[in-house]
Amino acid sequence: MSFLPAGTQRYPHRLFAGNGEGAGWLLPLAAGIAMAGVLFMVLMIVVSALPALGQSGGGSPFTLEWQPYQGRFGILPMLAGSLALALFAIMLGFPVAFGVCAWLLAVGEGRRLLACGLRGVIRFMTAIPTVVYGFAAVFLLAPLIREGVGGTGMCLLTAGLVLALLIVPTMVLVLEAGFLPRMEALCPGGLALGFSRLELFTLFVVRGGRSVLVNAALLGFGRAVGDTLIGLMLAGNSPQFPGGLLESLRTLTAHMAMATANEVGGAAHLSLFAAGFLLLVLNIGISLAVRRIGGPKR
Amino acid sequence: MNRVLRHAVLYGMMWASVLVVLGGVGTLTGYVVLRGAPALGGALFFGDAPPLAAILGEAPVWEGIWPACAGTICLVGLTMALALFPGIGCGIYLAEFASGAAARRIRTALDILAGTPSIVMGLSGFALILLLRRTILPQANTSLLLAAGCLALLVLPVLVSVTCEALESLPQELRLTALALGFTRRQMAWKVLLPAAGRGIMGGVVLAVGRAAEDTAVIMLTGVVANAGLPAGISETFEALPFTVFYTAAQYQTQDELMRGFGAALVLLALAALLLALARLLDAGARHRWRRGGSV
Repeated sequence: MSFLPAGTQRYPHRLFAGNGEGAGWLLPLAAGIAMAGVLFMVLMIVVSALPALGQSGGGSPFTLEWQPYQGRFGILPMLAGSLALALFAIMLGFPVAFGVCAWLLAVGEGRRLLACGLRGVIRFMTAIPTVVYGFAAVFLLAPLIREGVGGTGMCLLTAGLVLALLIVPTMVLVLEAGFLPRMEALCPGGLALGFSRLELFTLFVVRGGRSVLVNAALLGFGRAVGDTLIGLMLAGNSPQFPGGLLESLRTLTAHMAMATANEVGGAAHLSLFAAGFLLLVLNIGISLAVRRIGGPKR
Repeated sequence: MNRVLRHAVLYGMMWASVLVVLGGVGTLTGYVVLRGAPALGGALFFGDAPPLAAILGEAPVWEGIWPACAGTICLVGLTMALALFPGIGCGIYLAEFASGAAARRIRTALDILAGTPSIVMGLSGFALILLLRRTILPQANTSLLLAAGCLALLVLPVLVSVTCEALESLPQELRLTALALGFTRRQMAWKVLLPAAGRGIMGGVVLAVGRAAEDTAVIMLTGVVANAGLPAGISETFEALPFTVFYTAAQYQTQDELMRGFGAALVLLALAALLLALARLLDAGARHRWRRGGSV
């Protein structure tokens, strides 16, 4: 005779054998597929890039010139372009993200409605398709730069401005997630001692939270380096070393998008995989660094 | 005095940052809305073709974005079909069953995946096609299935982390009660925790749909083209909404095409906003359900 209601027998799922304390086979299978996907991606890139990495001489991807019709497939200008654009975007975007986070924590408390709206906008920004940013900037910002500052409008400055806006929400969210618990812990006591919220934030929360700042900058940088569309649509795409704010440049990501589109063939494909490999290594490095510092809490 | 001055400067900087962000986003999205709104309407989607016939694929659409919309719908559907099981399954495994070492390894792998630029995922698909061409399938080509597979990689970290979070944010009492009632861990996971976390997980699925619908870089390397018509099969090339927007910016010839580009951008933006709102709604519902009376 059983006192258990129906449906609580010990082994209701035919899928599972065993004592019911382990995971069965379905979930490990799902996890296995997911891990296989990650492994597949990394392996595909590394294996495809190996021939390019081993190549030396004029056709090697790690040279200074991209002249596909003369057999020169150097991608170093694009690497420099990616780094220059991402660093520029971080230089513009990080202070802004920091300012927004400081505002949310120090000022926003007294302006609930605006703070709520701002948080909503930041959330919305994470969802805005990159291509829409790029599209709007091509027809709005680029002509503005062309007429107001000079050049063609398709340059480091234009792409950097939009890219900075693109990475701001990422950084704000990381900064806020890192600083909010510290701020909350300090607040009642600190306010009672006569500190203002802003003082608490600048004197204690930020001082003790360097790792949060570094994390936010690293994740923002990763996002900026990995972005394809902004560079492709707004930076002009000349395969040259970045020369100045109004000069055109080509990022690694944009280079990859272009090199597959214009089927140049064998050696160009090699340089493509070398570019992919560089990006992958760069971003794995960033991910591991963020993890080591103690990344965004899960 | 020094303190007052410093505060004034800090306040100025904070307000400036807030205004710059709001202004920048407001200007760019407002511009798309302003220029795109006049283009909205049946003609934007179907051109001159009769809408019903166009949707059913009986009449070809020459001057409309319907083929691109249909391509995106198929692409997202196929992506989710591929990604849901590994994504949610891996999330449940990670939250409920994985041992410490295994969980750490899985999280590291997913962190790496989440940090990988989307174009690199597209490149891995492109590499697969080159490999297949050289070995067993000389006629292999980029296609809808390949793009969906690469997009599945892109949304995988989102699905796993949201599933994991939804399960971990459930109240501890729920687990204690279930175990005290004699559930095994597996029964608890399937019969109690999973239904309880359902809305939170749905929110994550909607977010993932948004990511898959907006990404352009992955599909650029894996089979999107400018003129394919309605998607013809999973081994064929296809059109997609974000690529249409990109392509218009680069290649538009006439003012009509430009108008359609703005219309497509607005549709994409509205889609993103809608999906985000839906995700927030589901998430808020999930939180509300487990909140106790009084405390937050």
